[in-house]
Amino acid sequence: MNIVVCIKQVPDAKTVKFDQEKGTLVREGVESVINPFDYNAIEAALELREALGGQVSAVTMGPPQAQEAIREAISLGVDKGVVVSDRAFAGSDTLATTYTLAKAIEKLGSPDIVICGKQAIDGDTGQVGPGLAVRLGIPYVTCVNGMEILKERNSLRLKRMCEQGYDIVEVEIPVLITVLATLNTPRVPSLKGKMRARKADIPLWGVAEIEAESGKTGLAGSPTQVVSTSVPTFDAKREMLEGEPEEQVDALITRLKEAGVI
Amino acid sequence: MLEVNVDRCIGCGECEEVCSFGAIAVNHDIAVVDQDSCTMCGTCVDTCPEDALTLERGDDTRKASDLDAWRGVWVVAEQRNGELATVTYELLGKARGLADDLGEPLTAILMGHEIGERATDLASHGADRVLVVDYPAFATFTDEVFGNTLAYLARQERPEIILAGATSMGRSFIPRVATVLETGLTADCTELSIRKEDRALLQTRPAFGGNLMATIVCPNHRPQMATVRPHVFKAQPATTSPTAEIINVNIPEELLKSKVKVIESVQEQAEGPGLTDAEIIITAGRGMENKKNIALVEELAELMGAAIGASRAATDAGWLPERAQIGQTGVTVSPKLYIGCGVSGAIQHIVGIQGAEIIVAINKDPDAPLFNLATYGIVGDVKVILPLLVKRIKRERGIA
Ligand SMILES: Cc1cc2nc3c(=O)[nH]c(=O)nc-3n(C[C@H](O)[C@H](O)[C@H](O)COP(=O)(O)OP(=O)(O)OC[C@H]3O[C@@H](n4cnc5c(N)ncnc54)[C@H](O)[C@@H]3O)c2cc1C
Ligand SMILES: Nc1ncnc2c1ncn2[C@@H]1O[C@H](COP(=O)(O)O)[C@@H](O)[C@H]1O
Repeated sequence: MNIVVCIKQVPDAKTVKFDQEKGTLVREGVESVINPFDYNAIEAALELREALGGQVSAVTMGPPQAQEAIREAISLGVDKGVVVSDRAFAGSDTLATTYTLAKAIEKLGSPDIVICGKQAIDGDTGQVGPGLAVRLGIPYVTCVNGMEILKERNSLRLKRMCEQGYDIVEVEIPVLITVLATLNTPRVPSLKGKMRARKADIPLWGVAEIEAESGKTGLAGSPTQVVSTSVPTFDAKREMLEGEPEEQVDALITRLKEAGVI
Repeated sequence: MLEVNVDRCIGCGECEEVCSFGAIAVNHDIAVVDQDSCTMCGTCVDTCPEDALTLERGDDTRKASDLDAWRGVWVVAEQRNGELATVTYELLGKARGLADDLGEPLTAILMGHEIGERATDLASHGADRVLVVDYPAFATFTDEVFGNTLAYLARQERPEIILAGATSMGRSFIPRVATVLETGLTADCTELSIRKEDRALLQTRPAFGGNLMATIVCPNHRPQMATVRPHVFKAQPATTSPTAEIINVNIPEELLKSKVKVIESVQEQAEGPGLTDAEIIITAGRGMENKKNIALVEELAELMGAAIGASRAATDAGWLPERAQIGQTGVTVSPKLYIGCGVSGAIQHIVGIQGAEIIVAINKDPDAPLFNLATYGIVGDVKVILPLLVKRIKRERGIA
């Protein structure tokens, strides 16, 4: 079984600060971590390997430092990993990202099960999983919150969450799934895993290695373009209620009563 | 790559100012780019007064050649078990305006089984045309059947814009359509408008993981696609005598096949009063300091018949369940009254509360961004203010 898990390195929300005056992000001291949902993707991949045999490969597209994310995945039990990295990939939107990831995954050999997180917390789009499946030509199931292996039918039975409840679906392998945080509890790295991770050889694949067509990656391959960014402003009534705490509370109650909400 | 024309650059530093990523620094009167930090967002390019910055995009080999052939605005109607999702009406309200700005018709796409009568609901909420695709294969949701059908219809009819709800269903099958059509898709937009000069759809969403809104366009590909979360736009009231053209569409059989089989669909009753329907919401942020203090919010909420919301900081800390989270990753709400208790007002949070009628901020930091959005602001400690509020309301109600 050829299992592939896609992981993304994201800025650690706890270390990102915002400079209100300049309206910019303070990048210094920001640490990179594996996208939280991708830990659940890794866990799901490891459980599938335990049940079905085979190999788990982790793939990430990002700067060379993303090797750290792969190393961490290996310490958790992933067999091997690769960082897809090239200046030509910078500025990718989801369409360019799925093209690039698909080329890398195909180079690893045709996949049986591909697992992504529900979404990456820096972009929050959740578009990479479905797009990647289309590029790989395999079906996909999103928002997976439960998983059962139907070995004799070479299929998975999955619980797919939605607003109204959930669906139980069945799909034959090969398939791509995107997983929720509630699917499983990610394991912690083992000592042996950490040793293996330290020694692991993690290749960097660029345009040449994945045989990407020029014009399909990075900015060039991204249909969407950012035209402007802004710190939003709002015109609110913005009445500050002054005085001692008792006076502030009185003033608030009076206004809420006038407005008829209490 | 972002390039600096050194002959033009005057070292004014405006690019350094606007760069959200600290990727540009003026050094010896010339802007210098740190290529590893640059995300190529292009904000600096537009700001430079000397046109000294260029973003080398490279050749887009898939550039569509006949952009003008794509006309009209589409809204994907979402239905489950024959019921239209509220986000569909909200999208129609917004899309009506966009279609009028473009001078093009507004078309609703209704995929389902035995859902014909829903077409009139779409018409009365602003659609000029409704394309109804009715087959048993649409009785349950599968990405392949819904996605491949929408992509097929888009290829046939060539709309310039397709909007859909950023629901679990929309977020699942709309990316399929965008990938199949090799076009751009912007998730979770909070504002949409038309740029008059070139009819481009301006799509605004929070981005870069920070307190920034980014406006995104899709200049060289069609259709321009965006998803919008429920409760971001307001639905327009229904008109009584709609005059839409309702068209039943036949599609090729092979579009109705799915490798994913739905075995069963289970409806679950949400527990308690839903956040999205609540009239009053009291939200706990990191400023509540610890789990024990959440009791202060709970007491006030019970007294006011309010639902309890949370910032991500409060759900990450485990003080409140994830489903209480309000904002970009959580739910969007539109209560009559929102009270933020120790919530700073990060962009990802406030995009979820812009529909609130009255916003109250209680925060000990007078510079907290939530005050800019607040109708009423109280600078103070939640541990002091909340108990006083409880006492005051009890007195009001004659509860000792
Ligand atoms: C892609 C992405 C998506 C995100 N999605 C969401 C989302 O959907 N929802 C969301 O909420 N966040 C989201 N976030 C996180 C968001 O950026 C903020 O980190 C988060 O909203 C902060 O929560 P907070 O206001 O409770 O905490 P903080 O920003 O830490 O603010 C705490 C506030 O409490 C005040 N305070 C402290 N003590 C007291 C006291 N005793 N009395 C009164 N006030 C006090 C402080 O002055 C401060 O203003 C997202 C982030 C990213 C990157
Ligand atoms: N650059 C990337 N490298 C590897 N996997 C990614 C990358 N970006 C997104 N993914 C995968 O796609 C999922 C959804 O990401 P997104 O669509 O960006 O919200 C993530 O949880 C990852 O599993």
